[in-house]
Amino acid sequence: MSTITENHKKLERNVTLLGVFAFLAVIIGGLVEIVPLFWVKNTVEKVEGMRPYTPLELAGRNIYMREGCYNCHSQMVRPFRDEVERYGHYSLAAESMYDHPFQWGSKRTGPDLARVGGRYSDEWHVQHLIDPRSVVPESIMPPYAFLAERELKAGDMTKHLTALSRVGVPYSEKDIEQANADLAAQADPEADTDDLLARYPKAQARDFDGNPGKLTEMDALVAYMQMLGTLVDFKAAEAQEQPR
Amino acid sequence: MVSLVLRSGGWFVVALLAFLALAFSADTGFAIHMGIVMLAALITMWVTMSGADYGSIARGILRMPADQSRYDDDPIRWGVIAIMFWGLAGFLAGLYIALQLAFPVLNLGLEWTTFGRLRPLHTSAVIFAFGGNALIATSFYVVQRTCRARLAFPALARFVFWGYQLFIVLAATGYLLGITEAREYAEPEWYVDLWLTVVWVSYLAVFVGTIVKRKEPHIYVANWFFLSFILTVAMLHLVNNLSMPVSLLGSKSYAAFSGVQDALTQWWYGHNAVGFFLTAGFLGMMYYFVPKQAERPVYSYRLSIIHFWSLIFLYIWAGPHHLHYTALPDWAQTMGMVFSVMLWMPSWGGMINGLMTLNGAWDKIRTDPIIRMMVMALAFYGMSTFEGPMLSIKAVNSLSHYTDWTVGHVHSGALGWNGMITFAAVYYMAPRLWNRQRLYSLRMVNWHFWLSTVGIVLYAASMWVAGIMQGLMWREYGADGYLVYSFAEVVSAMFPMYVIRAAGGVLYLSGAILMAYNVWMTIAGHLREEKPMTETPYNEAADRPLVVAPAE
Repeated sequence: MSTITENHKKLERNVTLLGVFAFLAVIIGGLVEIVPLFWVKNTVEKVEGMRPYTPLELAGRNIYMREGCYNCHSQMVRPFRDEVERYGHYSLAAESMYDHPFQWGSKRTGPDLARVGGRYSDEWHVQHLIDPRSVVPESIMPPYAFLAERELKAGDMTKHLTALSRVGVPYSEKDIEQANADLAAQADPEADTDDLLARYPKAQARDFDGNPGKLTEMDALVAYMQMLGTLVDFKAAEAQEQPR
Repeated sequence: MVSLVLRSGGWFVVALLAFLALAFSADTGFAIHMGIVMLAALITMWVTMSGADYGSIARGILRMPADQSRYDDDPIRWGVIAIMFWGLAGFLAGLYIALQLAFPVLNLGLEWTTFGRLRPLHTSAVIFAFGGNALIATSFYVVQRTCRARLAFPALARFVFWGYQLFIVLAATGYLLGITEAREYAEPEWYVDLWLTVVWVSYLAVFVGTIVKRKEPHIYVANWFFLSFILTVAMLHLVNNLSMPVSLLGSKSYAAFSGVQDALTQWWYGHNAVGFFLTAGFLGMMYYFVPKQAERPVYSYRLSIIHFWSLIFLYIWAGPHHLHYTALPDWAQTMGMVFSVMLWMPSWGGMINGLMTLNGAWDKIRTDPIIRMMVMALAFYGMSTFEGPMLSIKAVNSLSHYTDWTVGHVHSGALGWNGMITFAAVYYMAPRLWNRQRLYSLRMVNWHFWLSTVGIVLYAASMWVAGIMQGLMWREYGADGYLVYSFAEVVSAMFPMYVIRAAGGVLYLSGAILMAYNVWMTIAGHLREEKPMTETPYNEAADRPLVVAPAE
């Protein structure tokens, strides 16, 4: 044993050696665990239906992040009977493949939102965000009434989509060019959205906040909530799943 | 003179650039931040240019002794004050958001005061502002004394202190304004991250520079921990914050990684913010202040070698236990679990080495409230490093994850270990840094100890009950085969626990207020007249061997 302490004297007399060894000790774990995730193919198994966010959904997601919703809501259904029954099919890796950053969360002060899309009406969401306790008396969620009044100022969406495409989200050139027009069109009942829907399958285009005259932050956030977990069709895959 | 012109000119250029960025900014949040940067640069320029000796003015206000000691202690004195200030701010924010969970009306209906924006403010204030200032101040204190050398690069050391405060201000105001990367404990946006990188590299330079000019042949064990903490945090910060700004004149950026890869990178960072920021760095603190206060040598040199290397090697692997049963590949989850369980041993190695240092001085627990605080800190360290590996076991985690049990676990570590050891270190340093005979009041330290301890017990116990109750209610099935509870019913069941938790927070905050007063009076040079702590009347009848007839 004394050889350990003898040999260690070399390290503790030389700050460079000590620093190099300490650094070597701390990089190994990360290299072994994280790096393979980028090249082991089955880390993210491909599923049909995944597409990048529309500009309006993306703007809604940015509001979700800005307000810190991830502090209380997870977006990751675990493969347990109670969770699958409560929230829907367990989450797949592919479902967050375009999420920069991920929003899986770590705490459920409120319920999981990974599959909240289509569960409630737009009106319910708007009312719930304006005054949560008017629809869920037990709720302890903060009220977000200001979203309904505030005009959506998402910034130049072409720049947002460009930044995302730089980190690997497959937006087409047309998606990027049209980004600002798409943003407005998706929440405008008067607009022609055929082209938008063709480029973003399963996107929902309508006025979300009950105020068709104005594009608000509420429009964007509800558009995001209503698409969460709706892209992958689990009904079609059910037949092939192993019976338990 | 030339250097004065160059320096103040440099700060003027920084202020000008910040003004330009403000004028052409893409969003208001960025504009406000650039305004803060401009103001900071202008103040620095003013301080550089005006002939006034701000050093001695500050020494006058803060009653600091003119620095004649062999060590450069001014930045540490500022650090002690910053620890107190940010500690109170962080605890108060914590208490407020705890009350918000019990009484949601406290969200006030304003966008800046919702739980979602205040919670990162609380976590960053306690971890990075309170904890970070504690680490910087104590590491500067310890490295000088264990190396018998003054701080290398004194100007840079002052830059580290003020640069770090600017980082805190930018991060905190950012959260209130909604500027966030939305990744827990790594919320500041890209330009604040870049600024922190500059500050952190300077910190490394000052710390290593001081070690290089040491007059002791050996580098003391506390400095191994501080060094590994500074290096590892640099690595974690750089990799985890890789992101693509939308505009160089706007606050928004998108993370470089997505989904699974982003999740593991984030928890590799997040868990080692605990492992290195809140553990390795604070163990460095422990390895200096516990032996000094106990006036005993560290228990085992060999144990410190073994537990240092195994701790830093194993901690890095433990991140995936935050992602059990998620879409992260199973092999990574299992690996995270195995290494987390192994981590129990080096963690307890540190606890044992700290506690056993009191060998031969155990009576001080009765007589010295600062030692008592250190022992309680180590006890909570031991408790939470046992609870952590247990929670990382997948079967346990399936119940505890997403519940308040995790919150309780973090707080027994943060309030018990990080808080208590920091308080003890401040109580140790304050009289020495200000050349006072002793602290203003030892009895107040004792009160602080009990307020904190009872506060933590209320906190941890209520969160255990809340967490286990949540986990069990969510998965409860009735005889009819349906889930018994709706989510909202589980929320309302939490109410009493949330109130008890907030009560614990009130106690902990009161203790910290008492401490601030005590330290303030110590700095002002007052001594409280009080009965000494050590009054144990001699009882002749009790002074006999426990065993009447000792075995042969």
